[in-house]
Amino acid sequence: MEDKLVEYLDGRAQPAERRLVEEHLAFCSGCRTRAEDFRALFGALDDLPMISPTPAFDALLRSRIGVEPVRGGFWGSLPSPRLTFAVTALVAMSVWMASMPRIVDDDTAMTRVSAEADFSMIRDLPVLENYDVISKFDALSELPAAREATAAGEVNNETSE
Amino acid sequence: MLDVKAGDEQSFELLLRKYRIPLVNFLYRMVHDTAVAEDLAQEVFLRVYRARKQYAPSAKFTTWMFRIATNLALNSLRDNRNRQMEISMDQAVDVGDDERPPMEVPDLAPTVEQYLLARSRSEMILQAIRALPEKQRAAVLLHKYQELDYDEIARILECSESALKSLLFRAYETLRTALLPLLNSEKVSSHTLRET
Repeated sequence: MEDKLVEYLDGRAQPAERRLVEEHLAFCSGCRTRAEDFRALFGALDDLPMISPTPAFDALLRSRIGVEPVRGGFWGSLPSPRLTFAVTALVAMSVWMASMPRIVDDDTAMTRVSAEADFSMIRDLPVLENYDVISKFDALSELPAAREATAAGEVNNETSE
Repeated sequence: MLDVKAGDEQSFELLLRKYRIPLVNFLYRMVHDTAVAEDLAQEVFLRVYRARKQYAPSAKFTTWMFRIATNLALNSLRDNRNRQMEISMDQAVDVGDDERPPMEVPDLAPTVEQYLLARSRSEMILQAIRALPEKQRAAVLLHKYQELDYDEIARILECSESALKSLLFRAYETLRTALLPLLNSEKVSSHTLRET
């Protein structure tokens, strides 16, 4: 009922709602008193005096509108300078980035080439570990482990003989 | 407004003439300060003028204009409240005898008395409206004085129609309580008039 009362009093309620409110007001004295108070309140609010703008109001507004930038004709249809600048900068940046050499791709290619070269070098590496050369290499006989091995070999030979 | 959008300056003049008084009064009743109300009304018209090219007739012009006005008024009230808080924190309010405004002694001639009575009645109503929470105040002003439809006011205040109706009921109930002495005296005088 509360939400319908204002709508009923200002005359904007639908006929069905109006009937509903009137039926309620017929037996509810509390809502009837409130409705009477609201009517009196609406009347009191209507009596509030209107103020008029000062004489300077119109002149000041016209002068403020006068300094507003005029946008008419072809130039008026253009977007704002900020937007134009931003779009132009974006396009220029895109073109510049597209024209730059692909550094990352070249690096990848070079890496691929050097890997292939390493592989072929390893594949073609000559076999250096010749047993005869190594066993008759004098510098190795100077080592203590080699001397012991030689001595043990001599003892074995003597015993076998 | 569509003519204004098409670049017709005369139509903007017509809009200005048609809406400046309702707009200034709406803003005055919102902010309770004539100078601020005029500044805000100027700002509303300037914004309407600037946005005329983007205006889309999806909503009524009044809905659009009062939405701008309501937002500006609410912002101004919030800014003013913040400023007041800053002032009250910065300065201790200590008004001496010399700083008090001079007391105005009214002339008690009957016509002046009537004038003062009417003025104090208006002031009482304005004070009661001013004491309402901001959204309720805007709802009452748009409903009672601008006579906008419920869906228009709901759009301006960004709420549903049912929420608006209950907001309006609460606002009028608060006003009824605040102005009950005034309403009762008017009821008594109207009864007396009817009996005589």
